[in-house]
Order: sequence, then C-alpha cells, then structure tokens
Amino acid sequence: MTSMTLAKALNESLRHSLESDPKVLMMGEDVGKLGGVFRITDGLQKDFGEERVIDTPLAESGIVGTAIGLALRGYRPVVEIQFDGFVFPAYDQIVTQLAKMHARALGKIKLPVVVRIPYGGGIGAVEHHSESPETLFAHVAGLKVVSPATPSDGYWMLQQAIECDDPVIFFEPKRRYWDKGEVDTAAVPAPLHRANVAREGRDLTLAAYGPMVKVCLEVAKAAEEDGRSLEVLDLRSMSPIDFDGIQASVEKTRRLVVVHEAPVFLGTGAEIAARITERCFYHLEAPVLRVGGFHAPYPPARVEEEYLPGLDRVLDAVDRALAF
Amino acid sequence: MSVKSTAARSSRGGAKRRGGAGAQPPLVQLLTPEGERVEHREYSIDLTPEELRGLYRDMVLTRRFDAEAVTLQRQGELGLWASLLGQEAAQIGSGRATRADDYVFPTYREHGVAWTRGVDPLNLLGMFRGVNNGGWDPNENNFQLYTIVIGSQTLHAAGYAMGIAKDGADSAVIAYFGDGASSQGDVAEAFTFAAVYNAPVVFFCQNNQWAISEPTEKQSRVPIYQRAAGFGFPGVRVDGNDVLAVLAVTRAALERARTGGGPMLVEAFTYRMGAHTTSDDASRYRLDDERVAWEAKDPILRLKAYLTKQGVADEAYYAEVDAESDTMAKRVREGVRSMPDPDPMSIFENVYADGHSLVDEERAAFAEYQASFEDHQEGAAR
Repeated sequence: MTSMTLAKALNESLRHSLESDPKVLMMGEDVGKLGGVFRITDGLQKDFGEERVIDTPLAESGIVGTAIGLALRGYRPVVEIQFDGFVFPAYDQIVTQLAKMHARALGKIKLPVVVRIPYGGGIGAVEHHSESPETLFAHVAGLKVVSPATPSDGYWMLQQAIECDDPVIFFEPKRRYWDKGEVDTAAVPAPLHRANVAREGRDLTLAAYGPMVKVCLEVAKAAEEDGRSLEVLDLRSMSPIDFDGIQASVEKTRRLVVVHEAPVFLGTGAEIAARITERCFYHLEAPVLRVGGFHAPYPPARVEEEYLPGLDRVLDAVDRALAF
Repeated sequence: MSVKSTAARSSRGGAKRRGGAGAQPPLVQLLTPEGERVEHREYSIDLTPEELRGLYRDMVLTRRFDAEAVTLQRQGELGLWASLLGQEAAQIGSGRATRADDYVFPTYREHGVAWTRGVDPLNLLGMFRGVNNGGWDPNENNFQLYTIVIGSQTLHAAGYAMGIAKDGADSAVIAYFGDGASSQGDVAEAFTFAAVYNAPVVFFCQNNQWAISEPTEKQSRVPIYQRAAGFGFPGVRVDGNDVLAVLAVTRAALERARTGGGPMLVEAFTYRMGAHTTSDDASRYRLDDERVAWEAKDPILRLKAYLTKQGVADEAYYAEVDAESDTMAKRVREGVRSMPDPDPMSIFENVYADGHSLVDEERAAFAEYQASFEDHQEGAAR
C-alpha cells in the first residue's frame, strides 16, 4: 500500500501501461516536456521518448482522428484532451468514427483508444474548464464511459481502460487530482464497469461517481449524526451502468438519490431513475430523486459552489426521500 | 481603356470557369484527350503493352460495374449508388500506383480504387443495398471501409502513416477525398499532422468540379493543389482523365513518401459525369454543355485511341474485355439479388469488442419480444 494523489496514481498507471505494452502511446497537447497542464503525464516523455509520448498540434479532432489511424495500425493510443470543454472539436471523430468503426467492419477491426478528459468544476476556472459532458458520450453506442473517484481506482481503472479493446472515454475528476488515498499496486482490481459500495448503509442509497463520491461520503457522515444510515454507491462507470449493483442496494435501502455535477435533465440520474423504477417498483418507498447541475450554462466561478451539488443540497434531497 | 477592362474581366472569368480551358493552371498530362502521347519535364512513365492493356481493362470493368450498380439502384435492388462515371482514370491510375503493403483510405465513391486493391465488387454494394454499414475486413486488402462523413478519413490516413513511420516500415498511405472535402477542418488538420510528423501519406483529391450542387469556386479561391504549400509540402495538379499521368504522379508521390519525403497533395482534375448519387438531379444546378465538353476528354476513349494507334490492342482485345465486363456484371447482379437481409438480432452484434451489459440486456429483451410473435403464430395455427 502506498499513499498517493489521484494525479500521481494516474501518472503511475500510464507509466505502467507504457512499460508493459510497447504499442501504448500517449498523445495530446502539452503532454511532453510540460507533463500536461495537470502533470498527469509528468516525466513520461523523458523516460519513454517523443515517439511514444507525443506532443500534438493544437487540434482535438486531429488528435482523435490520427489516434484512430494509429489504432488501425496496431497501436493503443491514450489521448489527452486538455479540458472537458475542449473535447467538442473531436466529438465528430469520436461519435461518427471511433464509436462505430468496429461494428461497421463487422468486428474485423478493433479500436482500442482511450480518451482521457479532466472534467467537472470546483476549481475556480474560467468558462469551458468546468463542465461534465459524460452523458453526451454515454448516449453513444460503441463507447464506454468511466470515471474514477479515488487514487486506487485511478490507478487500476486507467490500466483496464487501456487494456480494453473498445474505445473508452475516461473522465478524470479534476478537483480530486490532489486528494490522497491508498493504492495497492499488487491488488486484483474489480471489473472496470462494476459499481463499488463505498460505504454501507440501510436507510437510503446515494449513487454517485467521480467528484461527487466524496461529497456523498460527507453527506453520509453528516446524516449518521442524525441517526440515518446512508449507503454510498460509487458507480465508476456510466456506460455500461451497473444496474444490478444499484438494484441490489436499492432492494436493501428502498430509497435512491442520484448525484452528479452534470445537468439533471436527461442526465445519468434520469436513466438510473427510469431503470430502477422498472426493476424495483415494489421495493421503492419514494421516487428516485436526482441532485445535479441546472439547465443553464456552467456559471462563473464565483457562483459555481451554488451550482454544484454540495452537502446541503444532497442532504435536502435525502430528507425529501426519507420523508416520503 | 474599355478594351483593357474587358480583357481583365474576361481573364478573371476564365480563371473561375470550371473545367474550362481558360486560365487554369498547368496540369501534368502524358496523354492528350486525342490519345497522343506527350512528355512532361518532371513526370514520365514507361509501361509494357501488357500493363497498358491492363489499365484499359481496369477502367472498362470499373465503368461496367458502376453502370450495373446504377441499374440495380433504378430497379430497387440498391437504396442508393454514388457513381464514379468519368473518374475511372483518376481511380485506376492512383490505385495501380499502390503496393500491396500500402494502405488506402477511401471516401464512398472509390469503386475503381477498390477494384485495384482486389476488393470483391460485391462487398461495395452491401452498404448501398442496406445489408451492412461497410462489412469488409479492411486489413484483407489494406483498403479501409468507405467513409461517408466528408473528410474524416484523411485524419485516419495521417495517423496510420504516423504508425508506419514509427514502425520504420517503407509502406505508404493514400487518402482519397474530394473538392468539397477540401473545405473540411479535418482535412486541414490531416495536412497539419502529416506535415508536422513527416508522415508517409499521399493526399489524393479528386476534384470532380462538383460537391453535390456546389462548384469548386464555392470551396476555394485558389486551385486546391496550391493549398499544400501553406502546410509545407508539395502539391501538384494532374489531368485526372489521363490514366498514365495519374499513375506516374501518384507513383512518384508514394515513392517520395516511402523514402522519407513526407506528405504530398495530388489534385486529380476530373469531372463527375453523373449526378452526385442516384438520389440527385444534376440538371437543377449545371448545364449539360459542361458535361458534353468533358465527354471529349473521356479517360477510356483516349487510352483506347492510344492503344489502337500503337498497335498494343485491337478490336479482338476490346471485345474480349467487353465480354469479361458482361460476365462480371452478371455475377454482380446475381450476387446482389441473392444477398440475404441481415438477421434482426445482428443489430446487437459487434457493437463492442469486449461486451457491454446494456447491449446484452437489450438483446435478451428483444429476442424475447421476437419469440413472443412465434408463440402467437403457433397459437393462431392451432
């Protein structure tokens, strides 16, 4: 067991992947000497060379489009998009090409491309640097979408994503980059798309992923002081979603609140609410509630704390669900 | 004064006229529209009689296949077809310049290039019939699936070429696109990446003068080949209806790429004789005079004239190729008609390489739903 930040865990994970598979490449803007704007690729170009850790032109569609070509040649490119709001020039390549090519070739070719995207708010950034666009990718068949919440998951899930033969959109909760946690580099990791019970409870399930898992754990702690036992489920994967895991939890607690930074409207929570209502109709004591961003552009940094689900807004939803 | 200004106007008009002789920049030509062999200071070619006859055969078979596909669409056997009529020399010349280990990234109109790569013509018809969305194994002939989103494949080509360079191999890549695609950001980015990494890729633009209804002057204020200069690699315009010139120029460009010279842009100046697709009506936006003018530059007729004059081929040979065309067309016709519709359950196949629980769940639910009809039918029968 080693204690390290999420940023360091991701860096170690990439290093391990570069060491273990000569076909693995890093590509992105400023990923070389600078080590990326968040230093996730720090030191990798120095150790693995410019041929494997590639500073690219400033063109996101070009980065993903050439990564597709490299994958067709047998490489396993790991692409870094600098910030969530900058992925859209590459959205066309991701949706129309990367996601569909395996199916179009009737399975004859594989596209093992990982697109890493630092996402979410809470760091006081200017616009386009705080968004949570995961649903826009989860909606697309052919893509897998995951997000780690802890350094341990950052270390393992990234390696699993790189080993996966499908394109994976890997969302990194940027405001958790500097949080520390224990990482066991000798452990046997859980399957990439399985939800994890981050805290056991009896009265209500809080389902979250990425940056919101920490908030939900704080909520559970606060609720405990009021005599309420909340279960926190770290979903880890938005495509596929571990509905079996959520169902098992909800059949026990009978109440569910889904929390994410992304807008509530048509968000991950909406899909979970619909599926869990179908699966657990007779177990539910309250409607599935959602806490998340509003149907408004991500606000200026000085009011982002009001936009982002925090302790009080999640507790409010917990109260409403328990009062039903 | 007035004479001068009229001259200036007419000169500008000439430069902008599509496909007109006017003030168009020079293009590489080795065979005139009349079938006269001419020399070029930079590009040359020396082919055996067998090779020359082969190019003729390729073009005739490709045109016959294309005509058969148009007919099949008219008869309802295909949902759509994008005809390559008029572009046979651009495609056969460039396709025959590639080596087996080179990799080709086509648009959706490269039927002639596919032919040179050994792709079964029937494979090309699957997506136009609606039985698949591509369907062939790209690695079998190093011929990537047709790409419908305009220009996307040029980036894949640049990336693949970057991979070749990393591998230290001496293969090359050729990326096909059109005059319309030259406006796409992806094409500009592909030029940038290829130039920065000195990737062994030839960007082959078939300027067929029309992007559906929009003429080339709606895409560019400069001849397309001149765009390469801004990216730091050479561009050349070749007579796209001259199979010898296209072969010579593409060979040179591929050879340059193989030997570390980096990317090159080839603009094959040609003409889309038909409509954009079978769903299009070209009479709404262009005059037939233009098409008639290009008929005089037909790629097959000019090679045939040359072969005949040189005594390389005779009527017996032409008849033989025509017979082969008819046999091929018959096979295509029968093959298309007997293509089975896909099993509805195939919708769920190959969505992911490593599986996905949602797809599994939906597949099971849909199978159950389908089976419920069988139960009902059995019940009704009873």
